[in-house]
Amino acid sequence: MRNFGFTTTKSRTIDYEKIDTRLISYILQNEPSFNACLSCGSCTAICSAGNLTSFNIRKLSLQIRLGDIENTKLEIDKCMLCGKCLLECPRGINTRNVIMLIKKGLNIIDKNEI
Amino acid sequence: MENYFILPFTLGMITLFVILFIKYGLWIARLSHIDKLRIIQCIFTRRTWDAIVESVMEGLLHRSIFKRNPLLGYMHMSLAFGWFLLIVVGHIEGFLCYGTFANAPWIPIFFQYFVHYQFPGERIMTNLMDFLLLFILSGVLLAYFKRLNSKIFGIKKTTKLKPFDKMAMIALWFIFPLRLFAESATAALYGNGGFLTNSVANLFILIHVTPTMESILWWAYSISLGLFFVGMPFSRYMHILTEVLFIFLRHYGIKLKKQFNSYSRIQVYSCSRCGVCIDVCQMHVANISNNQSVYILKNIRDQNLTDRKLYNCLLCGRCEQVCPVKINLNDLRISQRIRATKEYNSDYAFLQSLPNETPTTGKQPEVIYFAGCMTHMTPGIKKSIVKVLDKANVNYIFMDKEKGACCGRPLMLAGQYEAAKKLIDFNRKKILESGAPVLLVSCPICYKVFRDDYELGQITIKHHSEYFLELVEQGRISLKKSNSSIVYHDPCELGRGCNVYEQPRELLKKTGTLLSAKQEKVMSLCCSGSLGDLSLSMPDRNVIKAETLKVLLQKNPDVLATACPLCKKTFVKGVNIQVKDIAEIVANAME
Repeated sequence: MRNFGFTTTKSRTIDYEKIDTRLISYILQNEPSFNACLSCGSCTAICSAGNLTSFNIRKLSLQIRLGDIENTKLEIDKCMLCGKCLLECPRGINTRNVIMLIKKGLNIIDKNEI
Repeated sequence: MENYFILPFTLGMITLFVILFIKYGLWIARLSHIDKLRIIQCIFTRRTWDAIVESVMEGLLHRSIFKRNPLLGYMHMSLAFGWFLLIVVGHIEGFLCYGTFANAPWIPIFFQYFVHYQFPGERIMTNLMDFLLLFILSGVLLAYFKRLNSKIFGIKKTTKLKPFDKMAMIALWFIFPLRLFAESATAALYGNGGFLTNSVANLFILIHVTPTMESILWWAYSISLGLFFVGMPFSRYMHILTEVLFIFLRHYGIKLKKQFNSYSRIQVYSCSRCGVCIDVCQMHVANISNNQSVYILKNIRDQNLTDRKLYNCLLCGRCEQVCPVKINLNDLRISQRIRATKEYNSDYAFLQSLPNETPTTGKQPEVIYFAGCMTHMTPGIKKSIVKVLDKANVNYIFMDKEKGACCGRPLMLAGQYEAAKKLIDFNRKKILESGAPVLLVSCPICYKVFRDDYELGQITIKHHSEYFLELVEQGRISLKKSNSSIVYHDPCELGRGCNVYEQPRELLKKTGTLLSAKQEKVMSLCCSGSLGDLSLSMPDRNVIKAETLKVLLQKNPDVLATACPLCKKTFVKGVNIQVKDIAEIVANAME
């Protein structure tokens, strides 16, 4: 069995029942266009913050959907809100509002208001 | 006994003065120390005189509203100026009758009731007072019509009212007609009326007016005055007195700060809700009619501003341009955003770990060029700028050629003031270290924040349209005129934001035939791409863009020129003619 490589990576499961949906539902409630994201990565390709750091908004969008709030907190502070992603998004998502809602949502979660 | 009718008026007036005294006292006491020093320093200078002149021109005569809409201007003027004259002439009348100005405050108000006998100049004064009353009544009549049909005043949508507003407004509607009837009743009994009151008195004689009826009318007049005075501080009519205070403070050089403070509050209360800002707002095109400045100021007053309304504004500044009270509407809105988001500002710790050297050219640079995020999105503009600078042999530093932080303006527009300051500090250090005397920018969004918030000292900041025109005038580049027709779109941040209107036009005239647009310069329309708006959806943006394009392309130009990469990027997706930044046009026209 060892030769087939089953032990090289830990098994990972995504338990959809246990996902923390507080942040994603807060965002979608206030900016439904975020639902249209197809993870094409255009936003990440042109990102000013991505040019300076490891900031990856495409990855972040997936992590938020999976309820990874701790990592989102660390990452979101890198965005400079310049708005290039807004112009690039082929789905017309209001990305700047999504970022502001993530920031506000995290703040509300910190205060235990949602 | 029969004089008790003065009580509602007197009590109302006392209440008004007490409330005003407390409010103004608190507002002025809460101004910053420096602002207070400013007032003390300026109070005995020409500025006070200028403020008095403006108070008369705007507060009483409403010159600015006149310019926009004569009928609306007349309505405001007849009420404000007419009432003011009525008070002044009333006191003169009291002086002529009693030989002193120190009469009880109700004497000039209910003069006809108290004085039935002859005094020097009585005929002239009574007729003059009648004329003034007629003047005000014409304004009141217009106010009735305005409620019924605001369109004839050039206003499509009028403001919504709160209970206190309604009370004060209805009281105001009744004050002057009741005064007319009360004076006429007295005139019918004692024959002391003027041309207007006597005519109405003739009708009253027909129905046999009695002293009881006269007394009831005077009571009603007094009550409506009292109600108006009590309602005034809690309604929009508070603007009447606040505006004067605002004009004085503005003339003393007090400026709006980033944080919402006492001066911001004075500005909010100065709004008369005339509604001039409503119609110029482009949001109506997308059927958004609840977030115009007048409503926002009302929400700030009532403390019920929602995020959706606060962020749904292009911050194009058209409303600020037409505001007759000259309220800083954009900055007021931004200060609310700063307040709303102050708990979650980034610190951009990663900036510390970035390689921190400024690129150098070896010798003393003439210019440091900052392209900014948006110019990097439009490589055509970037290449053209570099081409022009090379052709003109300018010794320049390209500050963010490979990597660069954002200028901070987008954060500023979103209210992330503390976060923006971090980026500003980072960029500022680089610019100052470069030693270049000129900072060249190719994006009006960056230009605005460099001018307003960077404090770059001796360094002059230039937009590329300004800088390229200088290069042409110095003969360092020469342009060839083609026969294409060009229409120029003023970007909001460059035009209304930084007052640059002529330089781009001068340049364009050297490269082709410049056409004018129906709404241009100070009243130019927003392209809809603005970063000021956080909640406007893409479909709504497209609707607004289509309207703007309709105005710009009316004369079928060959080229749509602009001076902002964001405007260019926005327009490109909506037209089939050439959309070019002024940098590209200049680079192409170089010989």
